[in-house]
Amino acid sequence: MNIVVCIKQVPETNDVRINNDTNTLIREGVPSIINPFDTYALEEALRLKEKLGGKVTVFTMGPPQAEEALRQAISLGIDEAILISDRRVAGSDTLATSYTLAEALKKYGEVDLIICGKQAMDGDTAQVGPGIAESLGLPHITYVKKIEEIRPDDRYLKVERMMEEGYEVIETNLPALITVVKEINEPRVPSLKGMMRAKKAEIVKWSAADLALDEKKIGLDGSPTWVIKIFTPEARSGGQMLQGSPREQVEQLAGKLKEIKLV
Amino acid sequence: MSYHLTDEQNMIKDLARKIAQEKIAPVAAELDEKEEFPHEILKVLARSDLFGVYLPEAYGGTGGGCFEQCLVVEELSKACAGVAVSYAGSGLGCYPILLFGSEAQKEKYIPPLARGEKLGAFGLTEPDAGSDAAAIAMTARREKDHYVLSGTKQWITNGGEADIYVIFAMTDKKKGSRGASAFIVEKGTPGFDFGKKENKLGIRSSSTRELIFNDYKIPEANLLSREGMGFIIAMKTFDVTRPGIGAQAVGIAAGALDAAVKYSHERRQFGQFISSFQAIQHMLADMATLTEAARALVYSTAQMIDRGEKNVSRFSAMCKVFASDTAMKVTTDAIQVFGGYGYMKEYPVEKMFRDAKITQIYEGTNQIQRNIIALDLIKGLARKK
Repeated sequence: MNIVVCIKQVPETNDVRINNDTNTLIREGVPSIINPFDTYALEEALRLKEKLGGKVTVFTMGPPQAEEALRQAISLGIDEAILISDRRVAGSDTLATSYTLAEALKKYGEVDLIICGKQAMDGDTAQVGPGIAESLGLPHITYVKKIEEIRPDDRYLKVERMMEEGYEVIETNLPALITVVKEINEPRVPSLKGMMRAKKAEIVKWSAADLALDEKKIGLDGSPTWVIKIFTPEARSGGQMLQGSPREQVEQLAGKLKEIKLV
Repeated sequence: MSYHLTDEQNMIKDLARKIAQEKIAPVAAELDEKEEFPHEILKVLARSDLFGVYLPEAYGGTGGGCFEQCLVVEELSKACAGVAVSYAGSGLGCYPILLFGSEAQKEKYIPPLARGEKLGAFGLTEPDAGSDAAAIAMTARREKDHYVLSGTKQWITNGGEADIYVIFAMTDKKKGSRGASAFIVEKGTPGFDFGKKENKLGIRSSSTRELIFNDYKIPEANLLSREGMGFIIAMKTFDVTRPGIGAQAVGIAAGALDAAVKYSHERRQFGQFISSFQAIQHMLADMATLTEAARALVYSTAQMIDRGEKNVSRFSAMCKVFASDTAMKVTTDAIQVFGGYGYMKEYPVEKMFRDAKITQIYEGTNQIQRNIIALDLIKGLARKK
């Protein structure tokens, strides 16, 4: 079985700082980590490989220093790592990023399953996973919390998809793309031998030219999304709990809504 | 302080720290409260290759030595000394085989210990033989091609949890300490049972248990080295494992220091952080200085051992004494910095204080360590004459 995991390197902080001139994240001086949601994708891929055999390859698109995230992935047991890095893809939005990663996957060749984290901790869009699948014309299932059954030879996959309450059971054909939530597993800690291997491992590097990317679809020019402003919203003040029987609560609520002239 | 660690040593330290922070710290208080053996955490350590950091590659390790093991023990001890001793206790059971085992014994017993698939333990102490290790009463009677072991071992770390035990018994009582021998014993064989599990002041997640041998037969192939070598095996083993206790103590002290520094900058009294008071600052300064000095002594001793230098007993004893006394002092002062909160179980320092005490007692009390140091000083005088 051939599995690809797409990961993103993100700043290790909950206190994200923003450059107000460019509306981008300030990465300087902030240590970088693998996007936490992607660690579940890596773990699930490794578990599938342990069960079914095959190979796991990790992809990332980012600046040259994103190589560090790939080495961390190798230390966990990932077989091969590919870094897509080029000044021309800098500033890509989720559409341009999805396009770029999809082109890289085409160049890579046949894949049975692509796994992504449900979203990146910094951008929080949850769009790149599905975007890659759309670009490749593959079925995709988001928010997977369990792989119930997978039979690569029959091109069959059955998963549980997390909902706000309960879950959906979805079947699909392989190849497919799934994005996973943290409920799916508990990521492993790297091994010492894995870390030693990661230190020496060769990282495959692809540029925009290597992928013959359409210049109009990458980087800032290829990104229809324009970020007008990024800001930290003010913390919401505490809510008010209504007491009493349902009827009393409804009366209180209606009164409040009238009071603030919402109805 | 920088100690010129190699890339690999830095990796080991980072990996142990990651496991300590992510897997141990969140459950340390609960394991302590429930006296629960850390099975899951030891599995994580095994999968991460940390059980083999001090063992040669030929036996499944990663080729480091005493120093690498100390780095792991220190990091684990920052989060929980009970977990750390369960890890280190396996090493204590493995070292006699590494140092004195035949090639066949090493090939059979060390690889599963290096992979952490099996746990090791070391059984010397008895109810009436503690500091006076030569007073052991357990006997090993030779019969044809096997030995018959009878007696009881007390307070054995990893007792009941370990698979491979190195056990000391008298093969010839008349010879005193020269009549002791060491044997490799496996769990699950008839005649070898476990007694009560102790309820302890500290390191409560670790297992401390009685081992009971009742006419227990083992093949002569399980004798370690030769008959009569038991006492020497024990002493030579302690020479290389005492820095591990030192590292455990350094870890406990460092954990308490970190907690105290952080707390001093959160707690406000008289309208300011207590870290702004000189009374607190000087305590923290002394805690940090002692901890760093203990670390330097432990590391230097471990490096001496790894260079294969002879006559390490004195330094092994010194680093164990100094680090464990430091851990006791630093954890006591950490509680003082926390004040009343430090005395409460909701905060981590009271556990560190309870855990620290054992480091002054096991693997030779600090009084015995001072005997070793003094004896070596006097021997040195005799050598000069």
